[in-house]
Amino acid sequence: MRILVLTKPVPDPAAGAERLGPDHRLDRAASPTVINGNDEYALEAALKLVEAHGGEVVVLSMAPPNGTDTIRKALAMGALRGIHVTDPSLEGADLPTTVRVLAAAAAGVEFDLLLGGLDTSDGGGGAVTAGVAARLGLPLLSAAGAILPDEAAGRVRVHRLSAKGYDVIEAPMPAAISCTQALGEPRYPSLKGIMAARSREIASRSLADLGEGLAPADGAWATRVVAAEPPPSRAAGRTITGAPADAAREIADFLADRRII
Amino acid sequence: MPGTILAVAEVVDGTLTKLSTEVATLARELAEAAGGSALGLVVDAAPDAAAAALSSYLPRVVAVADPSLAGAVSAPAVAAHVGAMLGEGVTHVILSATTDGRDVAGALIGSAGLGMLANADAATWTGDGPVVRSSVLGGKAIVDSALTGASGLVTLRPGAVTAVEATAPGVVERRDPVAPAVAPAAVVDRVEEAGAQVSLEDARVVVVGGRGVNGPDGFGLVDELAGLLGGVTGATRASVDAGWIPYARQIGQTGRIVKPALYLGLGVSGAMQHRVGMQASESIVAVNRDPDAPIAEIADLFVVGDLFEIGPALAAEIRSRRTG
Repeated sequence: MRILVLTKPVPDPAAGAERLGPDHRLDRAASPTVINGNDEYALEAALKLVEAHGGEVVVLSMAPPNGTDTIRKALAMGALRGIHVTDPSLEGADLPTTVRVLAAAAAGVEFDLLLGGLDTSDGGGGAVTAGVAARLGLPLLSAAGAILPDEAAGRVRVHRLSAKGYDVIEAPMPAAISCTQALGEPRYPSLKGIMAARSREIASRSLADLGEGLAPADGAWATRVVAAEPPPSRAAGRTITGAPADAAREIADFLADRRII
Repeated sequence: MPGTILAVAEVVDGTLTKLSTEVATLARELAEAAGGSALGLVVDAAPDAAAAALSSYLPRVVAVADPSLAGAVSAPAVAAHVGAMLGEGVTHVILSATTDGRDVAGALIGSAGLGMLANADAATWTGDGPVVRSSVLGGKAIVDSALTGASGLVTLRPGAVTAVEATAPGVVERRDPVAPAVAPAAVVDRVEEAGAQVSLEDARVVVVGGRGVNGPDGFGLVDELAGLLGGVTGATRASVDAGWIPYARQIGQTGRIVKPALYLGLGVSGAMQHRVGMQASESIVAVNRDPDAPIAEIADLFVVGDLFEIGPALAAEIRSRRTG
């Protein structure tokens, strides 16, 4: 199986240092970057599928020049090669541009499955994988908790997570799949993987390499941030210690005050 | 230019979702502020009941009965109808910030190149378009965003808008199904997992079990308290990853985002991953053995102690107050 995985570098949520700059854009210097969580689950699922069925995993990122760091990590986890779309004119790109650019880059790769995260931890619009699918005319299987390809039949089944459990959905390949944490914990790169990744190819693509008309001139994006502020802070709470029965009474009083009980 | 604002409704088991009534209310309010008009769209195998319900909120509802959707995902068909309506004068499209809503939004971004204001916690009509307030970077910043063009998409978070019916019901008109640009995935089976309850997003009380509940058995206590408080059981990523409870119950960055009247956390440390999904709760109570657990920073009431002692004591206290 040939699997293309969309991986976005995002500020590390665990570091807790994300912030916006004065221009309301992400301050990329403020926080270390990692592969977006749901994209990493997608990558792990892709690596497991290739281990079971043979084939190769290619990762695709649209990112600033230092995006090679997270692509290199994906290669160390087991991806065979990376494609890095980077261009100064894509800084701050909007969703339609991101979708057009990723689709144009993906169109240059032969794949059976295109995997991406259900959403990202920084922006969180949750529409990029679906957008790339639409742009490429691929069927979309979203919110995957399991991916079950049938190569002989040329079809793939996905457990699409629902509020009640999951729906089993199916489409012919090539297909696009948006991925969730339910696919399983990503692996850590092994030392061998880290060594192997050093010699693996990361192909750099500029906007001009991908074609014309993919991005508006002069960064005329479809959306703009007009104001930004920190979240409201919560008032300091009360801490109680003591015997369980006393603590239970205090909690019950608190709930009664708020008409919960 | 006054906008024509389309509310895209979602139907689950034949019923209009609660979030759809909020989407419809927002579309109507924005249209009123814009001096424009609002309408709704319901596309389903059996849309009639949902379309009738939606017409309580909007002056005009387009209902599409598409029998093929009994066995296929709906987003491609919904996107095809929205695409046609954009050609008929719709300027703005309001969708639910759900998997279905985002799939429709993605299809429209890919096919029509529309901009999107995602995950609205509030929206107003300002100048000639909507300005949407949303939380980004895992709750680290609140941003107000606008479209730069005359049309675009908005996805709305659950509970951001209070659903209010219109003063008069609207009319429902029927449309024929259209074939989507890309064939939809077929639905082969629908599987319900044990523990499926009312939606976490709609719950007034959410009781959450974290790593501290120490196993699937510990969720018996979480369930008991949720039941006593008329609430729903939630979980952290740690307890989901441990296999103690299904992923559908997970609250946080890669799970559900909730803002109940009461969040009660048992054995929840309060990792950033989790806080993103619950920090907007009206009241937060947490029980944890570790006095330094980060959830103390955001809890209104932080109880240091053993949840297996305090939980049963709380259940007994609630029962005695009810009978006493």
